[in-house]
Amino acid sequence: MTAEQRRAWRAGLRAGAPVAVAAGLLALSFGVLAREAGMPSLAVAAFSVIVFAGSAQFAAIAILGQGAGVGAAVAAAAMMNSRFLPMGVALAPSLPGGPWKRALQGQAVVDASWAMAADGKGGFDRHYLFGLTAVQYVAWVLGTVLGVLWGDLLGDPEALGLDAVYPAFFLALLFEELRARRAARGVAAAGALIALVLVPIAPPGVPVLAAALAALVGLRDRRTA
Amino acid sequence: MSAQTAWAVVALCAVVTAFIKGVGPFALGGRELPPWFGGVVVLLAPALLAALVVTQALADGDRLAVGADTAGVAAAGLVLWRGASILVAVAVAAVVTAAARAAGV
Repeated sequence: MTAEQRRAWRAGLRAGAPVAVAAGLLALSFGVLAREAGMPSLAVAAFSVIVFAGSAQFAAIAILGQGAGVGAAVAAAAMMNSRFLPMGVALAPSLPGGPWKRALQGQAVVDASWAMAADGKGGFDRHYLFGLTAVQYVAWVLGTVLGVLWGDLLGDPEALGLDAVYPAFFLALLFEELRARRAARGVAAAGALIALVLVPIAPPGVPVLAAALAALVGLRDRRTA
Repeated sequence: MSAQTAWAVVALCAVVTAFIKGVGPFALGGRELPPWFGGVVVLLAPALLAALVVTQALADGDRLAVGADTAGVAAAGLVLWRGASILVAVAVAAVVTAAARAAGV
């Protein structure tokens, strides 16, 4: 790493700290819910260590809790994660190295890191992204383990309002986007509308993926971009 | 659920997630940005973030639902609009949601 890359990595660790607090709280409730659904403790911890995708993990647990099989749970998780497809495509040109090395770096994409590491011109600072994700990863794993071990002491995560933590966080990131560029307003409204219309008719996860289509209005501005 | 089911879900989710996150960078990196690419990418974040907010705050699984968490996220929106920091907004969301739930919403 060059000195500049090290600086970006450290800045990512710092900027990621508040996100990590939110991630840790959510992971705590994931640990509790997964244990309640009957998943063995070690599998719950492994889920967070090797999958590290909050909404997909929650979706898989919810489906398993309804008595569905492995295929349905994995399909739900895949749908939930489908938004990482457009995010990965957007990030791709900012990653150096061969295809496998780029695919490995792409594993660092989580919602908040991806949104925060965007440079506003279509590119991404990858070392900043890595720092942001690293601190969230640690919090995600620690929170899960604490939830598994001492979730009984915590009580009901919903009674503490922890389910509102992530949407509030995403709303804060959205506000920054809206302040940064005027065109974001219409796109955000369109994305929200697409998602809401699809919620009752599409499998969970697909509404968010489909909302990405709203960004295609950016094609209109190709001469000015 | 059986331990076997749990471990199968964890292993398959790991493979599927790694594939979804890796396929874009694997297939598309290492080349020049077409001029239109940047214009779309900068608008992806507001589109996806807005969708994440409404699907988490206004929906419960596959149905639209207004609940205590909706009130919490709306309160966070209000303080953000007034210039609050991210951590304040998140704390307001949790406290308002918990209070609304305690009040029976």
